[in-house]
Amino acid sequence: MLDWRWDFTFEIMPRMLWATLNTLMAAGIGYAIAIVLGLVLALAQRTPYRPLTFVVREAVEFIRSTPLVLQIFFVFYVGPQYGVTLSPWVAGMIAIGLHYAAYLSEVYRGGIESVPKGQWEACTALNMSTAQTYFRIIIPQALPLSVAGMGNYLVGIFKDTPMLSVIGVAELMHAANAIGGQHYRYLEPYTIVGVVFLLISLPSAGLIRAFEAWVRRKLGMS
Amino acid sequence: MEDMSRYPLELTGADVPMVRFMNVTKRYGSLTVLDSLDLDVTEGEMVTIIGPSGSGKTTVLRMLMTLETINGGVIYVDGKPLTHMAKNGVLVPADAKYLRRARSSIGMCFQHFNLFPHMTALQNCMEGPVQVLGLSKKEARARSEELLEMVGMIDKKDQHPSRLSGGQQQRVAIARALAMRPKVMLFDEVTSALDPEVIGEVTNVIRKLVSEHNLTMLMVTHQMGFARDISDRICFFFAGKIEEQGPPDALFGSPQRDRTKQFLSAVKEAD
Repeated sequence: MLDWRWDFTFEIMPRMLWATLNTLMAAGIGYAIAIVLGLVLALAQRTPYRPLTFVVREAVEFIRSTPLVLQIFFVFYVGPQYGVTLSPWVAGMIAIGLHYAAYLSEVYRGGIESVPKGQWEACTALNMSTAQTYFRIIIPQALPLSVAGMGNYLVGIFKDTPMLSVIGVAELMHAANAIGGQHYRYLEPYTIVGVVFLLISLPSAGLIRAFEAWVRRKLGMS
Repeated sequence: MEDMSRYPLELTGADVPMVRFMNVTKRYGSLTVLDSLDLDVTEGEMVTIIGPSGSGKTTVLRMLMTLETINGGVIYVDGKPLTHMAKNGVLVPADAKYLRRARSSIGMCFQHFNLFPHMTALQNCMEGPVQVLGLSKKEARARSEELLEMVGMIDKKDQHPSRLSGGQQQRVAIARALAMRPKVMLFDEVTSALDPEVIGEVTNVIRKLVSEHNLTMLMVTHQMGFARDISDRICFFFAGKIEEQGPPDALFGSPQRDRTKQFLSAVKEAD
């Protein structure tokens, strides 16, 4: 610790804060993709079309069973071989969005399955269509049950964004590596990365719990 | 495979029943719950189904609401097949699209109410009329408020189900079902999950329906006194068949079959 240099710390701070914005943006965009795509994957597994259900089920299982960093490399480096050249940002968002969509689809599935059977029967008795049943009745009740799991993966995706540095997305980890390489000093940049992640992750759990309570209250469920 | 040519594509004639179960069979695996059931309910009739648990009485209502599939026979509603549709001159099992159209004249209330917990009482009632029938919000609101008034729940229209007692929830559920303007109403043990002191508020609503509206109703209940008061006909179910049926006074007053006598005396003792 005696070696810690405050002048260096302040010098690199603007760059680190800028990179923090990129990290937050990566997590936000990736999560937005995952939230929507996860729902699509969850619903696709509930259709009566067996082949579709099977393919989606296996794809989700495949994504969950292979490392995220491999998926990032795959999308970024294998794509160009087949003429699909993507920028690091686009490739990274596709990879991390898809990865977390697979996890979120499981969260949604659990939420949908815990809505009581009687709710489905009431929808049939009111002659609602399948789409109306899902979007008006089942999903609004499944969401509050899913909020806790969704929150965990929000923190998860945030902590996984450093993996995007391997394909050159200019987030925090990437900036810390670059600064370290230029100045031959790694202590300060890496410490800042750790502190930033800690400062953002720690309050998140509490915020997510508060949000869950708010959603339940909003929907009149508590 | 059952020979479907014996079932008419449509019921015609002067006395077409509102509901007809024709040779209806329902099995769960190797267990036969309904065994070649024949049952007609005429328009405006109130029929109550009683019987020991496992006799198939709830299954009758659930099949009519298309909550259960059918293993044999055909159910007709208002002369048209419900469980089947005509294809090349014979009846084939109905597809989802046909079922949706065919069941639109049926409404149902459940033992556990099944209100939508994320909606207020009024929103529960408006949901079907707005989403399914395509009414304007204004029309649906007027219709729903009128019905909530009728069941005595207008003061609580902005409450969520979690703030309502069981009896209150069931009254909202009745209003919700009626808001769809069904021709046939099904009541599946609607008082069984209620505390004794609130059963009356629900049975009174049903009494009112019977006396003031020309609805066709099918009810499953354990409230024998209530059933006797308001029904036009009682069907006693035993082992998936109608063991005995008749007007309430006849069936309760002088049952003919041994199983009916046994059941009624057992129920009387439990009271």
